[in-house]
Amino acid sequence: MIISVASGKGGTGKTTIATNLALSIAPINKKRTLKGSATNSNILFLDCDVEEPNAHIFLKPKFKKTYQVTIPVPEVDKRKCTYCGKCVEVCQYNAIAVVKNNVLIFPELCNGCGGCSLLCPEDAISEIKREIGIIEEGRADAINFIHGKLNIGEVRATPVIRSVKLKVKSENGITIIDVPPGTSCPVIEAVKGSDFCLLVTEPTPFGLNDLILAVEVLRKLGIPFGVIINRSDIGDKKVTEYCKQERIPILMHIPFDREIAVTYSNGIPFVLYKKDWGLKFKNLWLQIEKLIRN
Amino acid sequence: MKQIVIISGKGGTGKTVIAASFAALAEKKVMADCDVDAADLHLLLHPDVKETHQFMGSKKAIINQEKCTQCGKCINVCRFDAISEVRGRKREMLKQVQHDIVEIDTISCEGCGVCKYICPENAITMRENISGEWYISDTKYGALVHAKLGIAEENSGRLVTLVRQNAISVTESASSGMDYIIIDGPPGIGCPVIASLSGADLALIVTEPSLSGIHDMERIIKVTNHFGVKTVVCINKYDLNLKNTKFIEEYCQKSNINLIGKIPFDKIVIEALVNGVPVVEYSENAASKIIKIMWNNIKALCNHR
Ligand code: SF4
Ligand code: SF4
Repeated sequence: MIISVASGKGGTGKTTIATNLALSIAPINKKRTLKGSATNSNILFLDCDVEEPNAHIFLKPKFKKTYQVTIPVPEVDKRKCTYCGKCVEVCQYNAIAVVKNNVLIFPELCNGCGGCSLLCPEDAISEIKREIGIIEEGRADAINFIHGKLNIGEVRATPVIRSVKLKVKSENGITIIDVPPGTSCPVIEAVKGSDFCLLVTEPTPFGLNDLILAVEVLRKLGIPFGVIINRSDIGDKKVTEYCKQERIPILMHIPFDREIAVTYSNGIPFVLYKKDWGLKFKNLWLQIEKLIRN
Repeated sequence: MKQIVIISGKGGTGKTVIAASFAALAEKKVMADCDVDAADLHLLLHPDVKETHQFMGSKKAIINQEKCTQCGKCINVCRFDAISEVRGRKREMLKQVQHDIVEIDTISCEGCGVCKYICPENAITMRENISGEWYISDTKYGALVHAKLGIAEENSGRLVTLVRQNAISVTESASSGMDYIIIDGPPGIGCPVIASLSGADLALIVTEPSLSGIHDMERIIKVTNHFGVKTVVCINKYDLNLKNTKFIEEYCQKSNINLIGKIPFDKIVIEALVNGVPVVEYSENAASKIIKIMWNNIKALCNHR
């Protein structure tokens, strides 16, 4: 089962929800598993916010493996090239230019589509690998943890997210995905294929505006979802009204609590402090399971 | 004319609240909302849209099913897994026949056009795709250039660049000279962020005293350094964790970065937001006092150079 946690607006508490949920359903040891849910002894946590990954701060995994994420970029064999310009015509991203007797390649613009090497009539183009990010894999007690990190100065987050998502196991087990903020390509790549998505918002005009956008994304992708309202007692009632009107289930309210804000700022998941919340997250999980089954 | 970009790495640290306040405080300026996939600045500036333009994103491939012979060549060359064979109906000899067809998932299609080139039947064409809109608007505080990226669209970096270019042309065509462009940037460190900050005169990084805020600030500072943009920092809600605030202060000192303000946590900020007003216009309060000082600091830094 794949559950993603997204938000549209940044800073609403995605990572807080994702990490606390993972900890609440993870078994302390093999004997203590959550009642009514037989599949939770196998939890995989994927932090797909590869531009600014934060979940490791809270789950504190021990990393065991690191992989490079590369994208293919063209390299031209100048002995074969006749400067015909076919590659320039093919490239939709202006990543190749032919000037006088030279072919220039701009690797940051290259989308890795492979068109130029495939279509060069002289077979002068081969592909080399360029690193744009890394993936780290490790364990935090019962949770398998994987995150991606985009290298500084790189523009394209999606290939890194794609590589993280290759780690999703389809066999029974639970995958929790921390999604980047926004509504464009990185978000789509991260939530694609989820069985359910939790949308975390806050009851302010910004929260509502961005929630509506996120809802449109999920409807377009056909992924079922529910809403969590964080800092639910600040701001106004408009998020609640919107959800009612759109028949979107509100699965949890988390009131503003200075203590929660402080534990967050110290990188501590608040379920470790506030035991009653552990129970609430377990209930949240049962609600999600029920919504998926229906 | 100076371009000031407000960014944070981590989302939700208060970029837009500060950008809107600067809009109210600065004279002779144009605002640009470069957070094109979750734009919020308009909720505080209430723009009156004067011009609407379409944003053409990358093209999308479409298959002419009449010509397609299901050879599958395009499926093999597409690196974005956008093409697949699906069960569907095909009109053949005027009667409906169940048939597998090759189809393109327009959400996954990145518009590279390789399939079009490889198709032996010339069955694939590339169609223009409207990926969003951008606007030039009037607000109480001056002109605002902003945009709305379509749902599930890509190329937000290109749209950001368009917004910035147009903000510059608005300043250039203004009858009285403009001093500032105030850019509300997106979260993260990738494509739209780089498009928002490259070539800017000053980047203000809004952080918060949490381990996540610090982690993300360190990464975004590396990005501004990488692109050679002068950087200053402010800490929002600094009093929520004084230990972390101290860490940020020391970090800035060590890295030779100007810390231009520490904004206290104040519920009035949210009240102002709910009322749709920049906090400095809402009331005299502790947060707006600091934001005013920050703006003066920025002005001094811009004029100093
Ligand atoms: S298509 Fe091949 S031969 Fe023609 S300019 Fe490009 S690299 Fe050179
Ligand atoms: S791989 Fe694609 S995007 Fe990259 S240079 Fe070649 S044609 Fe352009």
